[in-house]
Amino acid sequence: MSRWRKAEIGLPLALLMPAILFLGLFIALPSVQALLLAVQAPDGSWSGEPFRRMLADTRFMPALRNTLVLIALVIPLQLVLALIMALIAQSRRRGAGFFLYVYAIPLAISELAAGLVWLAVFTERGYLNVILRALGLIQRPIIFLSYEHPIGILLAVVIAEVWRATAIVMVTLVAGLQMILGEYWEAAEVFGANLVQKLRYVVLPLLRPSLQAALIIRTLFAFQTFAVVVALGGGILPVLASEAYAWYAGAHNPHVAAAYSLIILALSALVTGFYLYVLRVRPEEMGR
Amino acid sequence: MCTRRLWALLTVALVLSLACQPAAPPTPTPTAPPPPAMPSPTPSPPTPTPPPKPVLFLSTQLRPVEEAEKMRNVILKPFGAPVEFIPEDEGPFHDRIRAEIQAGKVSVDVVGALHGNFVTLLRDNALEDLTPLMERLKDRPMIPQFVELGKLGTDRQYCIPWMQATYILAINKKALDYLPAGADVNALTWDQLRQWGENIHKATGERRLGFPLGPKGLIHRFVQGYLYPSYTGAFVTTYKSPEAVEMWKSFKALWEHVNPQSTTYDFMQEPLLAEEVWIAWDHTARLVNAFKERPGDFIAAPAPAGPKGRGFMPVLACLGIVKGAPNREGAEALIEFLTRPETQLTILREVAFFPVLDVPMPADMPAHVRIEGEAVVKQSGAPDAIPALLPVGLGGKAGEFNKVNRDTLERIVLKGEDIEKVLREEAAKLQAILNETGAACWPPDPPSTGPCQVR
Repeated sequence: MSRWRKAEIGLPLALLMPAILFLGLFIALPSVQALLLAVQAPDGSWSGEPFRRMLADTRFMPALRNTLVLIALVIPLQLVLALIMALIAQSRRRGAGFFLYVYAIPLAISELAAGLVWLAVFTERGYLNVILRALGLIQRPIIFLSYEHPIGILLAVVIAEVWRATAIVMVTLVAGLQMILGEYWEAAEVFGANLVQKLRYVVLPLLRPSLQAALIIRTLFAFQTFAVVVALGGGILPVLASEAYAWYAGAHNPHVAAAYSLIILALSALVTGFYLYVLRVRPEEMGR
Repeated sequence: MCTRRLWALLTVALVLSLACQPAAPPTPTPTAPPPPAMPSPTPSPPTPTPPPKPVLFLSTQLRPVEEAEKMRNVILKPFGAPVEFIPEDEGPFHDRIRAEIQAGKVSVDVVGALHGNFVTLLRDNALEDLTPLMERLKDRPMIPQFVELGKLGTDRQYCIPWMQATYILAINKKALDYLPAGADVNALTWDQLRQWGENIHKATGERRLGFPLGPKGLIHRFVQGYLYPSYTGAFVTTYKSPEAVEMWKSFKALWEHVNPQSTTYDFMQEPLLAEEVWIAWDHTARLVNAFKERPGDFIAAPAPAGPKGRGFMPVLACLGIVKGAPNREGAEALIEFLTRPETQLTILREVAFFPVLDVPMPADMPAHVRIEGEAVVKQSGAPDAIPALLPVGLGGKAGEFNKVNRDTLERIVLKGEDIEKVLREEAAKLQAILNETGAACWPPDPPSTGPCQVR
């Protein structure tokens, strides 16, 4: 009996060990170190200095505001677009699978490359200006990326982010749609539901677990976005992640950078908790 | 901009080509010829029996990928022994050396960095005394001021001059039509530059001046070595002086004719080639592609002068050997190799850093090198020149120091905040860094005992 017990505990533990070791060494330990950096002075003593400097920095509030505004603009837009794209890719029409591949292309492009692609579009001698001019719509190039109108830079970043990262939401939703049994759909059809009704009463409720996963992943990534922002706006549109990077790589102060990442961590945890609560799935609501 | 666009296109093409590949690669036929033998290493290096041990060369210079590749594949090629060339940002560079010295496990042999970094390295007790090596290199016509700087204020040689650079103006010839009457391109004033930008702005409706204000741009060097010395005759001590207030006012007036996309420009050669700007200030190595690709379209000129003179920043990069370097012999051989006249000219040709030797420029030097070289000589030889050193002795805090300069400019010029208030606040931050590091004043500020003080 006791030998059975041992095997029951020992084997799973042994199987879990590599993962625990890996996560502990490469994720947990560095996280704790980063956490400590944020509350230490360079000589290793406890200090509120990193946070004080972060809060006193003239770029902190704009960075916080821009991060939240970007998320508020990008995430809902992406969710709606991704749902439409997923429904198209999943529809049983001929050639629907083709869209899946087209939509997935931006997934293969790194964040910085995506930023540069859009920079080539929006810059003064960029594609957009060239096209507008060829069509005779403008006389001289429009400067879209100017510090004088940060709204222009913000919109450019939103477009670039939506283009770059909607696919990841779509992929999650496609997986979710595939889990929904055809019978539900057919049942709805039998009762004469139209498309909107089917979406409202069948697809969205059953998709809730996938929506939750997609929202969490996407929002967490959105908090970390910075290559696109830096490529399109330089330092004019600071976000939390770009400030963390600037403090680490530019100003060589890992302590303030860690304080910034701690803010990102706190916001991420908050938002994840919010999604988990709002989109919680009770066992009796599970699709099957 | 051109190269950026090219890269973007290449990336898209690569992704598309990957996406369109057939599912299975064609299987090779059994009769396929055997794979060709590995190419033999370069035959008989010209250097006489170099030590076979590899030399580890850590450098804060030649960091851009193109420059690092030139270093590895062209400049270091004729050196017989293998060299591992590792470019590194300033912060991690100092961290690594410090960590290796403290751990007593040194792996880096040669360090290449700016003169200011060497002051920090010496303070970390991380440098070998290279006086005997310098003695052996005596036959090289090295510029005496640089050799003196390399002693870092001691009587021993710790840093051996490697290469120099500076910041100048690059001008599209189209702009010359709008040059203000009576202005000499080779002896401009900041006022004339503003007038020039205004003339262009009025005539073409476009703002054609440009500064590298992007995330990787060197605008802080502009503030430290060009703007302040030209208008106030110094930098740190006059940071919030009445002259500085006047200076920012006139720079704001000039900024009305600066392309607002400047906040995305890292290397001015790109917007110059794309003709988004006609007149740009930047580091010689970051302008060189404009002169290289279209030598007939661009000219180079010294930076403008202000009421106090023509502030400019000569940049000296040095070589040194880390204390306890595992391959001392190889390290000395590498320094000897890099300071040879022919190597110095290769460096000039490939990465556009200028020699620290007083060697005549050969007639076969490419046009871009000659264009820049002439402007560099005119700038340093100008009668009103005020040479300003890069910040000295700030060590790991150099980045934060630069951030203060950049924030000052962004707050005053881009955000339009009150000049005196910004200067007061940012000067306090500057002073905090100086106190923390104990850095004494460096030229053009008058020498100080103890940390440099903002007046």
